[in-house]
Amino acid sequence: MSLELVCPAGSLPALKAAVDNGADCVYLGFRNVTNARAFAGLNFDMEAAKKGIAYARGRGCKVLLALNTFPQTTLWNTWQKAVDDAAELGVDALILADLGLMRYASRTYPNLRLHLSVQGSATNYEAINFYHEHFGIQRAVLPRVLSLAQVEMVIKNTPVEIELFGFGGLCVMVEGRCVLSSYATGESPNTAGVCSPAKAVSWKQTPKGLESRLNGVLLDRYGADENAGYPTLCKGRFTVQDETYYALEEPTSLNTLEMLPDMLRMGIAAIKIEGRQRSPAYVEQVTRVWRAAIDSAKRDAANYAVSPAWMAQLGKLSEGQQHTLGAYYRPWK
Amino acid sequence: MKISLGPILYYWPREAVRDFYAQAASWPVDIVYLGEVVCSRRHEMNLDDWLEVAGQLAAAGKEVVLSTQALVESESDLKAMRRIANNARFAIEANDMGAVRLSAGRPFVAGPHLNMYNGATLEILAEQGAKRWVMPVEQSRTLLQQLLAQKPANMETEVFVYGRLPLAFSSRCFTARRYNLPKDDCRFKCMEHPGGITLNTREGQPFLALNGTQTQSASIHNLIAELADMQQLGVDIVRISPQPEHTGEVVATFRKMLDGAIGAAEAQSALKPYLFDAPCDGYWHGVSGIEQSKEAA
Repeated sequence: MSLELVCPAGSLPALKAAVDNGADCVYLGFRNVTNARAFAGLNFDMEAAKKGIAYARGRGCKVLLALNTFPQTTLWNTWQKAVDDAAELGVDALILADLGLMRYASRTYPNLRLHLSVQGSATNYEAINFYHEHFGIQRAVLPRVLSLAQVEMVIKNTPVEIELFGFGGLCVMVEGRCVLSSYATGESPNTAGVCSPAKAVSWKQTPKGLESRLNGVLLDRYGADENAGYPTLCKGRFTVQDETYYALEEPTSLNTLEMLPDMLRMGIAAIKIEGRQRSPAYVEQVTRVWRAAIDSAKRDAANYAVSPAWMAQLGKLSEGQQHTLGAYYRPWK
Repeated sequence: MKISLGPILYYWPREAVRDFYAQAASWPVDIVYLGEVVCSRRHEMNLDDWLEVAGQLAAAGKEVVLSTQALVESESDLKAMRRIANNARFAIEANDMGAVRLSAGRPFVAGPHLNMYNGATLEILAEQGAKRWVMPVEQSRTLLQQLLAQKPANMETEVFVYGRLPLAFSSRCFTARRYNLPKDDCRFKCMEHPGGITLNTREGQPFLALNGTQTQSASIHNLIAELADMQQLGVDIVRISPQPEHTGEVVATFRKMLDGAIGAAEAQSALKPYLFDAPCDGYWHGVSGIEQSKEAA
């Protein structure tokens, strides 16, 4: 039974941490606007990518390269070159979101394996099969919006492998269909590869509490006894009618450890860990827990139980120390 | 340039929808998009109802297009989409790549919820039958101009020029969440909010609007001052998004501006009484969408 553990590599040390702790695949991006985690100080140039690929390959780990933003007309060559570079590097697969780029990659490098990025917003098998028929997409990463039953329906109706998010930051919106960030800051994941970019964030201690703002828009205000998290737009507290609350989503992480046996039974091809912006220490600990959990579920799914030690470990690494099953569990909706 | 009426993004009672389109039949709009784009639980109007309205609008000389849902998750969502795609009479607006697949070979409109950011993407959609594309709302004038130079021939360009901006979709219902109700038992609270529920920051700045599973801008995107420029760029159609009240007056003002009967300043002040929140036009000018340029204000 194959179920791959796909881990984030925002840097060479993070890549090594993932490989050393049992990742089956790592995913990474180039150091520019072509990937959806285009944060300062992160990601790979060609030299680092070569080293990372050699390190992973030498230890039986695959390397996937994310080119999952949408090329704009005059910058097309930047994305096209990224495809060329990835082909030259010999990555195991490219993770793409843009139709035009998929056509270029599939025509220029017919032997290069293509995955549909979560940014491609494919939430049903008709959409996934469209990408399969036209560009030979072999795997699709599903947006974090489907219930497990809906995921199963997708799997039954497509020849494309399905990869699910298992752990990490939780997008409450359909990936690729959210421009909240550019509404407030001018930059979104689709075009600039960033959400709620750090350069637009400001903090200020005020008599009413510590305030976080995104390009001047007040996202939250924290009391002395509250932990202030990174001000991601959809995880702020707002006032609707007369109530102030997390109107869109709490600061929380996705954690689906308890669903592993179901995911195995359904034939999920891979589980993705979010967090290319996180530290090597985070990658190391999350990878180790998920490796142990997947091995345990594969050995004996019927008697699989989530170890309290795993949950404690992941809890410490979760946003706001909270976690959720997200949309996989229908009442979340 | 033509004027289109986008699909009603809110959940209005059946009679309100019918009244709205009975009036729209006499408005100076050329194209009308019909159907439910946001939430599959909204069922005041079924497909037969929509087709009946479509027939009436077509008889009044309007081009009618049936819009499909943006977020298609379940088998019943797919069934609904297939039924729309299989209707024999009207073209569809595809808002999901699954809808593109189902309409392949027949002319369709590539809707604003498809990610279209470059010429290669437009070319692929044109090969599939797209006769028109609706620019994703976050694109700027500059990006549009660059893209129009690469656009396939015979493909029309439509731009969203008026209304609260559709910014995001989720499987979670934020309106139900507001009332502490589960989505599956939402009691159709959307119907109490015909223009969405305004979400304010903790210092009272109107920021977003909750519209079921859709999140919109609180501000009203208004590009009436840019119409002459759009015409020169080669935009074929401008889209007005229905709002709970005064949509007819908004349409009439855009028409007058397009006909040269009034200037930009006059058009802006004519629209003012109908704006139910602050205006914005930042996306068009290449800055954050929430901003409002001084020249146009």
